[in-house]
Amino acid sequence: MKLLYYPGCTLKTSAKNLEKSAFAIAEKLGHEMVEMEDWTCCGVVASLTDDDLMHHLAPLRNLVYAEDQGEETIVTLCDMCCNTLKQTNQRVKDIPDDLETLNSFMDRENDYKGTIKIMHFLEFLRDEVSFTVLKKMVKNPLKGMKIMPYYGCMMLRPREVAIDDAEEPTIMQDLLKALGAEVIDNPFKIECCGSYHTIEEKTLVSNRAHKITNYAIDRGSDAIMLSCPLCRFNLDVRGKEAEKIFNNYKQLPVYYYTQLIAVALGLDPKFYGFEEHVVDPVLLLKKKGVFEK
Amino acid sequence: MSKKLQGNLNLNTIQLKKGELLTEVEELCGENLFGCYQCGTCSAGCPFVDEMDLSPDEVIRYIILDRKEVLNSKTIWLCSSCFTCAERCPRDINITKIMEALRQIILRKKIDRTNIKNITKDEKETIPQMAFVSLFRKNVG
Repeated sequence: MKLLYYPGCTLKTSAKNLEKSAFAIAEKLGHEMVEMEDWTCCGVVASLTDDDLMHHLAPLRNLVYAEDQGEETIVTLCDMCCNTLKQTNQRVKDIPDDLETLNSFMDRENDYKGTIKIMHFLEFLRDEVSFTVLKKMVKNPLKGMKIMPYYGCMMLRPREVAIDDAEEPTIMQDLLKALGAEVIDNPFKIECCGSYHTIEEKTLVSNRAHKITNYAIDRGSDAIMLSCPLCRFNLDVRGKEAEKIFNNYKQLPVYYYTQLIAVALGLDPKFYGFEEHVVDPVLLLKKKGVFEK
Repeated sequence: MSKKLQGNLNLNTIQLKKGELLTEVEELCGENLFGCYQCGTCSAGCPFVDEMDLSPDEVIRYIILDRKEVLNSKTIWLCSSCFTCAERCPRDINITKIMEALRQIILRKKIDRTNIKNITKDEKETIPQMAFVSLFRKNVG
């Protein structure tokens, strides 16, 4: 099956490894991810004031481009892109007048007809592939690895665009179980990592990373699995910096779910992209005997 | 109870007459602030409440009481729009949108919170791009 893929800025720059591993998994599962033509930035955060339609233009344009390319579904890897595209899609469905205004504003583009469905890649794996199928394909089970799933905000809230329950999500733990890992639950799994404050409030974000990770450590976790490129940066990089703030604190390795799937399916290590991480993710995999290299 | 808020915004530049803060916020966010019964659920779940000078429920109260110094609070800039408060509010008030409305009141007067020039080369090269786009969308008008 062909999947129309919307990358967004970060997947082409600091999260190439997320893209690389996701592409490899899709291929292994018999799907082809085809990058959307002419895509532009989605704006990252959805417009939250009622009178501000201007900031819905960028996401809407991308939805128009997807319609132009004859597709019904867009698959995204970035949580924030997924959220923003979905929120705009929702808004123009709820308020047809707004769609009319936006359509009339766009000169060169076709009108948006409202036919596009946006899917997070994780959502695609659960709903279209199914974790049961994935489980059968596992070659290197993540046996003995105690992993805390970390959801962050953007895949769970607001509820209109969520891919799972906002308070008790299970999608990541179901995936981890399918991959053979042990799931460590943590109430901080749905709490914000600090998001864009990572630029101006580094210590604040380090404190967030420490709070989230420390709780996971107390409960016996070896690692954290997540999906959002900004969460990865904040927990991995700012979390590493937290080691200087908190005595005897050691940041846990952080994995994208796509990397862990790639490892479990026994894909070529060139698809993992671990070299971009700050806290060494390979050490733990070797220690647990998941792979040797 | 009167709090000293840390911001240094000259409130005269905002030019809001008596009672206009509330109408402006309600117009921008579309929420009914009088629906709030001050239960504090929003503040209890807020990941940044420890760092805030006003808790989210206090922010709502300040707006209702026309206390414009709310625009000088750290709180409105610390909110990262994680939607936890909006998700949990038993009165179904979208507090996330209220915070955005307060930021917008300031930003639309061409007063930026973030000075883009202060971002270093090293930060530009290492921090994910999405962080910059969202920071500028939230803190620059």
